[in-house]
Amino acid sequence: MTAADHPVPAPARRLRPTALLRPLGIAAIVFYCLAPFYWMVVSSFRRPTDQFQLSLLPHPWSGANFAAVFRPDVGFQRSLLNSLVVAGVTTALTLLVGTVAAYALARLEFRFKGAVAAVIIATSMFPGISLIIPLLKLFSDIGWINTYQAMVVPSMSFALPLAVWTLTAFFRQLPAELEQAAMVDGCTRGQAFRKVIIPIAAPGIFTTAIITFIAAWNEFIIALSMVNQKSMQTATVAISRFTGAYRFDQPYGTQMAAGVLVTVPLVIAVLVFQRRIIAGLTAGGVK
Amino acid sequence: MTTTIRTATARPVPRLRKSRGDGRLAAALLSPTLLVLGLVIAYPLVAAIRASLFQEGQGLDADGFVVEGERFAGLRNYTDAFSGTNASVFWNAFWNTTFFTVTTVSIEVLIGIAMAMVMNHALRGRAVVRAAILVPWAIPTAVSALLWRWVFDVNGVANALLGRQILWTADGWQAKLAVIVADTWKTAPFIGLLVLAGLQLIPRELYEAARVDGAGPWRQFRSITLPLVKPTLLIAVLFRILDALRMFDLPFVLIGGRKHEVETLAMLAYYEASNVRYGPAAAYATLLFAYVVIVAFAFVKLLGTDLIGEARARRRTARTTRMPAPARKATTA
Repeated sequence: MTAADHPVPAPARRLRPTALLRPLGIAAIVFYCLAPFYWMVVSSFRRPTDQFQLSLLPHPWSGANFAAVFRPDVGFQRSLLNSLVVAGVTTALTLLVGTVAAYALARLEFRFKGAVAAVIIATSMFPGISLIIPLLKLFSDIGWINTYQAMVVPSMSFALPLAVWTLTAFFRQLPAELEQAAMVDGCTRGQAFRKVIIPIAAPGIFTTAIITFIAAWNEFIIALSMVNQKSMQTATVAISRFTGAYRFDQPYGTQMAAGVLVTVPLVIAVLVFQRRIIAGLTAGGVK
Repeated sequence: MTTTIRTATARPVPRLRKSRGDGRLAAALLSPTLLVLGLVIAYPLVAAIRASLFQEGQGLDADGFVVEGERFAGLRNYTDAFSGTNASVFWNAFWNTTFFTVTTVSIEVLIGIAMAMVMNHALRGRAVVRAAILVPWAIPTAVSALLWRWVFDVNGVANALLGRQILWTADGWQAKLAVIVADTWKTAPFIGLLVLAGLQLIPRELYEAARVDGAGPWRQFRSITLPLVKPTLLIAVLFRILDALRMFDLPFVLIGGRKHEVETLAMLAYYEASNVRYGPAAAYATLLFAYVVIVAFAFVKLLGTDLIGEARARRRTARTTRMPAPARKATTA
């Protein structure tokens, strides 16, 4: 840690104490974000009898909690599949509908544009419970309770505004000359959109897809309300419903193992695509 | 810098020439989205307001759903909530919701700004922090609630570290504290992320000039950082406030339903609905909706002079300054 490590201009000499504090600050942030997650992972690998051990590493390591999660009577595989279907279909439908809307908001000039944009963004602030109560009534009338569509359709209420907002920010960043050039070359606006814009915007669309999928995968209250059959529960609901061998017994080991299974794919995706995700999360609010 | 901003906002970039077909095309492109939002937002909103004016009869059918016993009750459900039979439950949920919103958002803003300041100056370890900060955001709230339930167990690590035997998840002040800690953990990094993005738009020269003029770190923070990061911060805070007002999963999974100290308006409405008392449930949900609208409106009026417009103007500037560079064409995505 000599001055040569950081080629900084002369006045920085006075900043030395803060330069020492920075690595500490970084360490504090990493600890803050990861310590509880680490505790979940470690706890999932303890033996059920060692569950209340406080050692920093499991001793001995055990896969018993994971085996318990996958016991047939728990039915967790089915819950993971349900989550995958609900989040996947929600994401696909949202992108299909939202991409064209975002393009219109980013590129076209039309009356009431500001109003339409405001309405779409305002809908994302809607409290989920306010729409669940009437939809629950409606869906029980038309026999949709315990179906995928009863979870997918309400999920679009938060996924669609989120996707339109993020995609609009991405489309705005693309230079308009591209479409103009394509249209000069004889494309219609629709063709220019399909053949020029979509391929260039693919990274932005992909980013939006990840963010939408994560939001839909994490959804809880809709899945909780619209389903009362165990076989149709999504993973987030199933985990919260795990019961132990005895009443009042919290099966923490199993819950932690299931929690790891639900979050690790997300965490890996986040690590791989972190730059994209941050670009997407900050695109709407900041740029 | 500032002069270009002025001119750019005054006269936007000449974009694709407005053509007659634009309006029709826009209508065609936007109608699927508006149709979906109408179905999942507008319809339920109207239906909820309607349902809040009715009360259900006693009859249940074989599936546990109400039979046609609905009758018009006028504002009964609302007067019951404010001063009638359900007043104490409603006001408790209302104050819990307000308390959680105020405390969690204030703490998160402080921690988030501190995190952003550290990350902004970080020379090393930036990639690690950026990855770490996304982890709480990516974990489902229900799972993070279980994770904290485990930490806050009587025999859990929190009590071990404190050397106390606190019953965190029993119904008391500790339960409130547990919810605040868990919520802060999950969302402060997100605020940090947004503030960091705002910080990185501030030109370094401003700080150099301030230093030459003899401004200390605190003065620099107050006179440069805070005002320039304000638009970003206000949007982040607004979204967090509206999110906190509808808090449900975290207290529901961490502490449980029907707990006096942590019951929020969303939890109360859910409880009523799951007991097929749709009338009161819809009334609570409608009141929550009205609360959200009032807070959002007051926030925008008092603090942000046209938040969205400001963001749009900034974006426009960014585009104008970027557009002349032909090299950017292919890479901006």
